[in-house]
Amino acid sequence: MSPQTPPPVVRTNGVSLRYGKVLGLNNVTLELPSGCMAGVIGPDGVGKSSLFSLVAGAHVIQTGSVEVLGMDISQRRHRESICPRIAYMPQGLGKNLYSTLSVYENIDFFGRLFGQGTEERQSRIAHLVTSTGLEPFCERPAGKLSGGMKQKLGLCCALIHDPDLLILDEPTTGVDPLSRAQFWDLIEQIRLSRPEMSVLVATAYMEEAARFDWLAIMDAGEVLATGTPASLLAKAGTSSLEEAFIALLPEERRRNHQAVVIPPIRTDDSSPVAIEAQSLTMKFGDFVAVDQVDFRIASGEIFGFLGSNGCGKTTTMKMLTGLLPATGGQAWLFGHPVNPKDIETRRRVGYMTQAFSLYSELTVEQNLVLHARLFSVPGELIASRVKEMSARFGLNDVMDALPDNLPLGQRQRLSLAVAMIHKPEILILDEPTSGVDPIARDTFWQAMIDLARQDGVTIFISTHFMNEAERCDRISLMHEGKVLVSGCPADLKAERGAETLEQVFIDLLKEAGTRDDQTNQGDGKRFIPPSFAATSSFDCPSVPHRRYSLSRVLSYARREALELYRDPIRATLALLGSFILMIIMGYGISMDVENLAFAVLDRDQSTASREYTLNLTGSRYFIERPPLTNYQELDQRMQSGELSLAIEMPPDFGRDLARGRQPAIGAWVDGANPQRAETIQGYVNGMHSLWLSDQATHHRASMPDTTLIHIETRYRYNPDVKSLMAMVPAVIPLLLIMIPAVLTALSVVREKELGSIVNLYVTPITRLEFLLGKQLPYIGLGMVNFFLLALCAIFLFQVPIKGDLVSLCLAALLYVSAATALGLLISTFMRSQVAALFGTALITILFSVNYSGMITPVTSLEGGGRIIGQIFPTAHFLIITRGIFSKALGFPDLQKEFFALVLTIVILLTLCTLLLKKQES
Amino acid sequence: MRLANIFHLGCKELHCLIRDPILLFLIVYAFTVGVYAAGIAIPETLNRAPISIVDEDDSPLSERIAAAFYLPHFLPPVFTTLGEMDSRMDAGYDTFAINIPPDFQRDLLAGRPPTIQLNIDATRMSQAFTGNNYIQTIINNEVSEYYYRYRGESPTAASLAMRARFNQSLTQIWFGAVMEVINNVTMLSIILIGASLIREREHSTVEHLLVMPVTPFEIMISKSWSMGLVVLTSCAVSLTLVVQRALAVTIEGSLLLFLAGAALHLFATTALGIFMATVARSMPQFGLLMMLVLLPLQMLSGGVTPRESMPIVIQHVMQLAPTTHFVALAQTILYRGGGIEVVWHHFLKLVIIGTILFILALRRFRKTISLMA
Repeated sequence: MSPQTPPPVVRTNGVSLRYGKVLGLNNVTLELPSGCMAGVIGPDGVGKSSLFSLVAGAHVIQTGSVEVLGMDISQRRHRESICPRIAYMPQGLGKNLYSTLSVYENIDFFGRLFGQGTEERQSRIAHLVTSTGLEPFCERPAGKLSGGMKQKLGLCCALIHDPDLLILDEPTTGVDPLSRAQFWDLIEQIRLSRPEMSVLVATAYMEEAARFDWLAIMDAGEVLATGTPASLLAKAGTSSLEEAFIALLPEERRRNHQAVVIPPIRTDDSSPVAIEAQSLTMKFGDFVAVDQVDFRIASGEIFGFLGSNGCGKTTTMKMLTGLLPATGGQAWLFGHPVNPKDIETRRRVGYMTQAFSLYSELTVEQNLVLHARLFSVPGELIASRVKEMSARFGLNDVMDALPDNLPLGQRQRLSLAVAMIHKPEILILDEPTSGVDPIARDTFWQAMIDLARQDGVTIFISTHFMNEAERCDRISLMHEGKVLVSGCPADLKAERGAETLEQVFIDLLKEAGTRDDQTNQGDGKRFIPPSFAATSSFDCPSVPHRRYSLSRVLSYARREALELYRDPIRATLALLGSFILMIIMGYGISMDVENLAFAVLDRDQSTASREYTLNLTGSRYFIERPPLTNYQELDQRMQSGELSLAIEMPPDFGRDLARGRQPAIGAWVDGANPQRAETIQGYVNGMHSLWLSDQATHHRASMPDTTLIHIETRYRYNPDVKSLMAMVPAVIPLLLIMIPAVLTALSVVREKELGSIVNLYVTPITRLEFLLGKQLPYIGLGMVNFFLLALCAIFLFQVPIKGDLVSLCLAALLYVSAATALGLLISTFMRSQVAALFGTALITILFSVNYSGMITPVTSLEGGGRIIGQIFPTAHFLIITRGIFSKALGFPDLQKEFFALVLTIVILLTLCTLLLKKQES
Repeated sequence: MRLANIFHLGCKELHCLIRDPILLFLIVYAFTVGVYAAGIAIPETLNRAPISIVDEDDSPLSERIAAAFYLPHFLPPVFTTLGEMDSRMDAGYDTFAINIPPDFQRDLLAGRPPTIQLNIDATRMSQAFTGNNYIQTIINNEVSEYYYRYRGESPTAASLAMRARFNQSLTQIWFGAVMEVINNVTMLSIILIGASLIREREHSTVEHLLVMPVTPFEIMISKSWSMGLVVLTSCAVSLTLVVQRALAVTIEGSLLLFLAGAALHLFATTALGIFMATVARSMPQFGLLMMLVLLPLQMLSGGVTPRESMPIVIQHVMQLAPTTHFVALAQTILYRGGGIEVVWHHFLKLVIIGTILFILALRRFRKTISLMA
C-alpha cells in the first residue's frame, strides 16, 4: 500500500472462532481499509457474520486479535471507548429492531440509548426519516414494514449517533431489486456527506459487490482473496464475481463442479396444461396478499416465480397446493380445480417449503421412509424407492445422519428427494436455493433440470436470484401481490431493451410503484446529512460515555413497557394473571373441612342411640346421609367416596349406657386424605366429649364429674379458624413472586431468542442499566397486581388488613423488586423462552409453597429446605403479610424481615450483573 | 390406509420425542424424583410443630406435661415468659403456646379444675387443627395419669373406637405420592401434545403434513395416541416402581382399571392440549396459557382439597372438567380399592367429556391448521 494510505479501520490477526465442534472462522488475518466501502462476500455460513460480530464487539474473541479503529477490542475498556463510534446492523431483516414499536419509537429508542437530549434527538430523527423517505410511515410498527423499508429503518437506527464505522451484515438479503438499488444509493449519499466514515458490508449477492471499493472473498471460514473488484476479476480471469468465486475455490471443492447446461424444452401448444390459475386472489383481512394472478404452465416446463420477500410468492404456492383456500379466483392442477379436501391430487404434487421443514429429529432415511409411507408408496417398493432417491440426490453417505448436521446444500437435496419420493408429476419449490453456495446451487439445478427434461416433471420454482431466473423456461415477476409480467427471460430482456433481468425488474417496479410504500422512495431525494449543518450545536454528537446513566435505564424501561403493552397474552397475564389465580386459589384451596357426609349403622335403634347421632347431625360440619343397614353397605358406600364417616351404634347401646357398662361406639373415617381424616377424627372426638359431659351434667347426676382440668383453646389471629383468613395472606406472596418472575425471565430470554439482545452487546448500555431498565416496568406491574390482590382480599374475600397499610405497601414494593430480580437472575442462565418459563415457574412455586412456610412453618423444616426457607424472599414477605393482615403488626415489629428483603434485592442484582454477559460467547 | 397413516404418524411422534432431551428429562423427572419427593415431603400430618410453654406453676406436673412434647410431632418446647410468648407468636416462631397457670398442680389435687390456656396461631391452618387434637389428648393423658397414678382409665359413660379406613396409619406418603402421579398425568399430557404441535409449527413441518395425503383428523389422533401412550406407560412404571417399590406404598385396587381410566382421561386432556396449542402462537405463549388453565384444572379438581368444601357453583362447573372425574376415580380405585361397579359413572362422564373436547379441538384444528403453515 502507498504511504498515504490511512491506517486500516479493522485489523485482524489469526482470528479463529468455534461454535462447539464447528469451526466458524479459521485463522483469519485481514486488514480492512478505512474511509471506503469494504465488502466481504461469500455464500451463507462461510463466516461473514461471525467476523462482523467480532468486529462489532458483539461476540467474545476466542483466539487471535482484533483491532478496530486502532483499539484492541479484546479489552473491555477499549471496547467501551469505541463502542459509541460503531454502528452495527446484524443479519436478518430488522433483527435488532422491535417489531411492535413504530418507526419513530425504534429510532427514538436508539437515540435515547446514546444519551441524546430531546431536542437533538428530534431533529436528528426528523433528518433521518426525511432523507430515507420513511417520514410518512413514522407511526407504522416496524414489523409491518416491507423488507426494504425495514432495512432503511435499521440504517436510521444505526446512523442516529454519527458512527465512524458502519457495519452492515447482509443488508439486502430478501429485499426486492428496486429497494436494493435504492438502499445502495442511500449508502452512497451518506458516504458523500461523511467521507471519513468507513462502511463494512457483507453480502451473498455477488453482483452487488461489484460496486464496492474493496472486497474480501470468504469460503469455509477462510479468506480466499482480497483486493478491488477489478483486480479480483483479473486474478481469476472471469467476467463475473460469481464465476470468480468458483474459480478461486480450492481445487477439491471445484472438482465436481460443472456449469449447468439446459437442454431446450420440447413443448408445443398441444402439451397438456399442468397448472393453471385465473384471477387467483388471497386476502388476509384488509391486506391483499395475492391480487388477481393468472398463469398457465405446460407440463414439463420449468416456471420461475420471482419477487422479493413478502410479495405473495409463497402465498400463491400455498394456494396451488391447497394449503390455503383462495379467497377469490380459481386454480387447476391437471385440469382439476384445487380442492384442499381432495387427498388424491396431493399424491401427484411434490412440495418443498421455503425454510427447511423436514423432521430434524428423524434421520435422513427415516424422513424418506416416513414420507414414502404417508404418500402410500406400496410397502414392497419403499426400500427400493428410498435407495433410488438417495442415489439420485447424492445422499447415500448420510442416510443415518440427522438433517441438522448436514450442510445446507445437502439438506436442500434431501428436501427435494422427499418431495420426489412418491414420483409426483408437479414439483412446487419455494425458494429452494436461498443461502446455498454457488456450487451446491448448480448441483441442485442440474438435478431439477434432469427431472424436468428426462422425467417430464413440471417444476414451479420461486427464487430471488436473477441468474437462476435466467435458467427457467418462463418466468413471472411478482410484486406486492401482482404479477407484473410473464414470459421467457430472453424475450423479456429484448422487449424492454435491458441488459439484465434485474434491470427489467427494476424498470417494471418503478412503473408499478403505485402503493404508498413506494411513493416516497427512489425519487432521487438527496440524503441530507443530519449533523451537520443545520444542527451545529450538537458538534460533540453523543454525550461522552458515562459509567451510569439514568436516561439509558429509562430508555430500556420505556421500550419494555411499550412492547408489553402491545402483546395481548403477556399483558393479560401481567395485569390480570395473579387476580384470576387468586380467585381460583381463594375458593379452591380450602383447609376448612365442612359438609362431611356421614351415615349411621344403628344396631340399637333406641332413644339413646338416636340422641347420640343427633349430636353430629346438628353440627355444621356434618351432613347426614340415609342410614346404613349392614356392614357390606358400609364398605361399599365408603369405598365409592360417598361417605367420609360411618358411625356404628352397638346393639343394646341404650341399655348398656343406662347400666353404666360403658358401651363402645365405632367410628370409621375415610383415610384416603390423611389430613382431612385427622380433622374428622378431631371433630368426632370433640363431639364425643361434649356428649359425655352433657351426659354427666344433665342426664345422670349419679355419674361422677370426670373433669380434671379445662383446656381453653384460643385460636389467635383467626378466631373463627376460617381457611380464607389464613390462605389469602399466604397466596399473595406466592402470586407476587411467580408471575413477575416469569415475566421478567421471559423478557430477557425473548431478546436472546429474537436477536435484539445484540443491542446490549453493541450499544453503550451497561449491564446494570439493562437489568434495571428491564425490571422497572415489571415492578410497576407487580405493584398494580398487589393492589388488585389487596382489593380482592378486602372486598371479595372480606379478609381485613388489621395492621399498617403503608408498611404493607412498602414491603410489597421490596418484595416485587426481589421477585423481578430473581426472574432476571434465572434468565441469565436460560437460553429459550420455554425453559425460562417452566424453570422460573417451577422454582418459584416449589420454593414458595414448600419451603417458605406457606403450609409447613420454616421452623418445622429440616435440612436444605430449611436453609432455602431462611433466605428465600417469599418466607420473609409471608411473615410480613401474615403479620400485617392477621396479627395487626407494622413496620417496627417486622424490621428484620424488611431488612432481609432489601438485602435479597442487592444480592440478586449483583449476581445478575456479574452473570449477565455483555458479549456473546 | 387411514389406520396405517395414524400408525406411521404416531411412530414419528415417538421418534421425535426420543430425540428431545428436555421433554424426556421432564417426563423422567416428574414420574420418579417428583413423585418420590412429593411422597416424602410431609411425612406426617403433624411434623416438627414449633411449640412454646409458659410454665407459671413450675411443679412436677407441669414439667411432666412439658416433657410429653417430643419429636417427630413436636419440636422440643421452648420455655418462655408471658410477655415473650406474644411476640414470639407474632414473629411466627411458634404455632402453639401453652400457658400453665400458677398453682396448677395444687388446684388439680384440691379438686378445683384449673384451666390451661392453649394459644394457636390459626393462620397456620395445616398445623392448627390437628395440633389442637394432639395437644389436648397429650395434656389430658398426662394429667389423668398423674391424677389417677395409672394411665388412661377414667370412668366414662361410653367409649369411642375410632378407626381410619383404607390408610389405617394415616401416612401422608401414601396420599402425596399417588396424587403427584395423578397430577403429572394431566400436566404432562397437555405439555407433550402441545409441544409436539407447536414444534411442528415452529419447524414449519406442519406445512409438509398439510400437503401430504393425510387429514387433520389423522394428524390429531396420531398425536393423541402416541403422547397418551408415553404418559400412560410412564404412569404405570411410576406407580409400580416408585410408589409401590421405592416408597413401599400398598395400592388397594386394580392397577389395570386405573390405567384404563387414565387412558380415557388422556383422550380428553390431549384434545385440550391440541386446542390450547391452536390458540397460542408460540411455545412461550402456550406456557403462559397453561398457567391459567392447568392450575384451576388441578386445584379445583378435588385432588388438592376436598370438593365438598368448595363453593357450590365451583363444584358444579368443575363437573365439566375431566380432572374432577379422573381424580375421583383414581382416589376410589387406588386409595379405597373400588372396582368398576363403583367408578363406572366416572368412566362414562370421561368418555362424554373427552368426545366433546375432541370434537371441539378437531374443529378448531381444522380451521387453524392452514394458518399455522
